[in-house]
Parts: sequence; C-alpha cells; structure tokens
Amino acid sequence: MKGVWAVFRKEMADHLGSRRFAVIATIVVLASLAASLAAVESPAVSEMDREFLFLSLLTESGGAIPSFLYFITFLAPLLGIILGFDAINAERQRGTLSLLVSQPIYRDSVINGKFMAALATAAIVTSAILVLIGGVSISKLGIVPQGAEIARTALFFVASMLYIGFWLSLSILFSVLFDKTSTSALAALGVWIVLGFFLHMIAGIVADQVVPVGSNSAPQEIIRHEELRIAIMRVSPAYLLQEVSLAVLNPAVRIMGPLSPERLQGFIPSPLSLPQSLMVIWPQLTVLAALSIVCFGVSYVVFMRREIRS
Amino acid sequence: MEKAVETKQLTKNYGAFTAVDSLDLGIGRGEVFGLLGPNGAGKTTTILMLLGLTEPTSGSASVLGMDPVSEPLRVKRATGYLPEDVEFYEDLTARENLFYLADLNGIRGRKARETVEEALEKVELTRVIDSPVGTFSKGMRQRLGLASVLLKEPSLAILDEPTTGIDPEGVEKMLALIRGLAKDSGVTVMLCSHMLYQVQKVCDRVGIMFRSSMIASGTIEEIGKMILGDRRKTIKVVSQEGTLPDKEQLSAIEGLSGFRKSGGALVADFEETRQKEIIRDILEKGYLPMEVRGEEYSLEEIYMRYFQEV
Repeated sequence: MKGVWAVFRKEMADHLGSRRFAVIATIVVLASLAASLAAVESPAVSEMDREFLFLSLLTESGGAIPSFLYFITFLAPLLGIILGFDAINAERQRGTLSLLVSQPIYRDSVINGKFMAALATAAIVTSAILVLIGGVSISKLGIVPQGAEIARTALFFVASMLYIGFWLSLSILFSVLFDKTSTSALAALGVWIVLGFFLHMIAGIVADQVVPVGSNSAPQEIIRHEELRIAIMRVSPAYLLQEVSLAVLNPAVRIMGPLSPERLQGFIPSPLSLPQSLMVIWPQLTVLAALSIVCFGVSYVVFMRREIRS
Repeated sequence: MEKAVETKQLTKNYGAFTAVDSLDLGIGRGEVFGLLGPNGAGKTTTILMLLGLTEPTSGSASVLGMDPVSEPLRVKRATGYLPEDVEFYEDLTARENLFYLADLNGIRGRKARETVEEALEKVELTRVIDSPVGTFSKGMRQRLGLASVLLKEPSLAILDEPTTGIDPEGVEKMLALIRGLAKDSGVTVMLCSHMLYQVQKVCDRVGIMFRSSMIASGTIEEIGKMILGDRRKTIKVVSQEGTLPDKEQLSAIEGLSGFRKSGGALVADFEETRQKEIIRDILEKGYLPMEVRGEEYSLEEIYMRYFQEV
C-alpha cells in the first residue's frame, strides 16, 4: 500500500478542484433536490398516512419531475465516468506516468489510489445529497428521519456506491485499455447508453421473440415472458440498483419480478424489517459488487503488466 | 570498491526482438558515466531494468548493492530518475509538483517544505516556484526534473537525455548542475545521451551501445585509441597572401608528410617529437602554421568513425 495515500490525496484534490467535477456535481445536486421537492407534492406522500415518509421522498416522483432514484440511476454513471475515464491514459499521454512509476511506490498504488479517491469524491457528493434531502424532509414534511429510515438510507447509500463503483471501474478499465482519453470516454458513454437506455428495448424484443404473448395468452406464458425480460434487464447495473433501491427504500416490497395470485396468498401486508429487505435483494447486491470487482480486477491486471516507457 | 551499478549478461527480449543483449556494465561509486548510442540502441530499456520497471529476460543487475527485481522500491528510493522528455502536472505549480513527488517518496511535513525549496533553489527556479508548470519553457521543465531528482537526495542519478531540446545557455546550466551533483554531493551519475559534445564535457567514462550491445566502454581516451588507433597530429599551413602554400617547399621540412588541400590551406601530418622545429621551419619559409590539432580524441569522431565502419 506504499504511496497509495499520497496518490489518494493528490487525486482527491484534483477532483474537488476540477471544473468538470463541479459541473456534474452541480447537476446531480440540483436534479436530486428538484426531485425530492417535487416528491413532497406527489399523491403518495401527501395522501397516504403511511410510515417511512422520508424514504418515499427518494422513490416517489411528483408531477413532471422524475424521482430521485431515477436521477441517481441515470446520472451516477456519468459521475463515475467523469471521475475515471482518463485516470491512466491522461497521465500516459502527458508523460507523467513514467515519472510516477519511477517513484518508490508499488505500481498498484497508482490505480488503487485513483480508484479510492474517485469513489470517495462520489461518496461525498452522494452523502451530501442525502443529507440535503433529509433537510427537505424536515422543512417540508416536518419529519426527522430516524432509526430504520436512516439505516435503510445508509444501505441505499452503500448500494449506490457499488453502482458508481461499477461505472468507475469500467471507465478506469477503458482508460487502461485505450491510449486516447477521447476513445475511453466514448467507450464508457457507449456502454452507459446501451445499458441504461437500449437494454429494456432489447429485452422486450428478445422476450417477444422467444415467448410471444398476446391478449389471450395463458398466465404461465405471460410470466415466462416477463421473467425472461427481467433476466435480460438484470444484465444492467442500473436495473439492479433500481431493484435494490425499491426493496431497501420501500419496506413493503418482498418479491422481485412478476407475481401470481397464488404467490400472494397468505401475505401479511406489513413492512419488512431491514434484514429481511436485505435478504430480498441480496443477490442483486452481490452481482453489483461482483461487476465492479471484475472490471477493476481486469484493469488492475492489465495495468500491472503493461510496460511504461517514457 | 563496490560498484554503484553492475549488470551481468543482462538481456531483455520483446518477443523475437532483443532490446538488450548480454550487457555487462559497471559504474563505480561517485563516477559520472555516459551511456551513448543512437536511438533504439537499448539505453532506455537498460534503465528500465535497472529501476525494476521491467524485468530482464535473463542475466542480473545490481544497483547500489540491491537487486531491482526483488526490491524495486528500495532501488527507486535511492535512485533519482529523470525520464526522457520529463513532464509534470501542467496545472500544478512547481512547488505543488515537487510536494507530490516528495510525498510519494515519504518526505512529508516540514522536511518536505525544506527539501522542495532547497531543490528549487539549486536549479534556480525559486523565482517561479508558484507558477503553474504549464507556463514553463522546456529548459525550466528539465531543471524542474533535475530538482525532482535532487529532492530525494539520491545515491545514484539516472538522467535520460537531460539536455535535449533546450537552448545553449540552458544546456550549460544543466551541465553545470550535473557536474555539481557528482562533485559536491558525491552522487553517482549515469547520463544517457546522444549529445556527444556534452557527454564528453562531463563524463569520466563512457559506454557506447549499438544494436542492443555495449560495443565499447572506458575513458574517451581509451575508446578513441581502440577505435581510431594512435592519433596522427595534423597541422594547417596558410600563406600570408592568401594563396595556396607551395607543397614542394614545405615537404622539405623534416617530419611533415601526407599533404592535402583544405580550402585555401594545406594540411599535413607531423611528428609530435619535432613539433617545435616544424613550426619554426614553417615560419622561416614565410608561411603561417594556423591550427595544430589532435591533442584529444573527440567523441564525435569516435562515434562517426565507428558507425561508418558498421
């Protein structure tokens, strides 16, 4: 780990002082604030006398503005990509990388320090937003989040860190693989667009082809169709995060995927406890973590093996 | 005396290409050693192996008594390396850049402040200590690079093309600093360059690399003798009127031979033992001896001669 903190400190200072970070952070903060303020007016929050009102600020959308959750799934990848897409190749291009690796530090300290600094930067933004939304809750709803709500928000925070971690390691991977920063940025954005926007179309088309359903199809057919569609959707970390967040932020959610009336039999409509919610989405959390680890692992290996000449 | 750098049969292959072939190199402590050779001769690969930045295919290296393969961090801590075309972080100031490098070397706090300022003072960059490196000229960058080497108080300094691309005044400054490094601080210096004249001025010994192998090493005198053979001394004779001197008249002088025309003058070889008499005789015949040459071997001649033969 020698040198990793030196790299961490430098990278952190760079991120916090950089203009592009200022831009994306401003966008994320403003969008999230707008979403939570709009959610205050949403029917789910104003009409229902339910528990966990603070959490519904995170998941409900009001009027024309999408929910905070939607913004996070949509914008967090951008944050990750912006923080990571030029981590290695910019230094290679400028020629500072050979200076860096000839210092008495382990080579993995460079990539580890950069990853940690970017993730810490993202964590600062995300936690700042959650605290801001807490402020919205206190001032608009008069509700101070506490106990279970804070625990669930913390879990949501961890999940979104895993999510950003995936995009960060993906963009770092591209910055190791491609020598040009423009190539790595475009590659990362391409993956973002495919996974974030096109995948649900692709999933729909594939499911329609494999299990065609019409208005008079058997329920089993419809369920197979849905399950296939969701299985494909789960390739995308965005979908995984949405499932995780729904279960974590909405204690009533207990099953992911299509529900048949038989499966609903005997349900007690009471909120789940946190460990139980956690069990519902444990697979999704694991996959999110695994995706980040795979991306980071590959970039790590490639970076360690590559020779750096001046 | 223990050598500062010693390699035994050091070899590096990239696939079928041999970048460095069975290199035996020895540099004594406190010595200024010049490693010469055309581009692609294997100089930089040799340096990378000495620093543990790339592993040798076979053979071994020892740097300050340490093995770069098994203890690269200790080697890099004790060795200052100035990469060819060194680059720094453009948007950081000279001071910030050096602080980062000091941090990476484990120099922190007050000690870091002192060493950074001291190093910048030595290379005469105190005036621009807080200017962004982006505004620096090439010569200033190279001097900043040298400061980054001084900073870690190395026992061995490896400088790769430290004078390329700087103006003559900058070159003089740089050479003076390198000389000072060796003479005042007792640092062993390994200087890679193809600027022969400069190498000749500062180096105690030189080694010439060509096509992956060391083809000659020793003092310039030794290499010169080896490659050019015993040196013939030449004298250039002109007439006062500017006409070509009469060869017949001059050949009467004992010890002069091998006359040839060179512009408006005659050039002849002469016997060193009769130097005084020959000059007197030439004057008596009414001619002027203009240039008496051949005291020193010029590295340029050695180099050119060698590569002509190859």
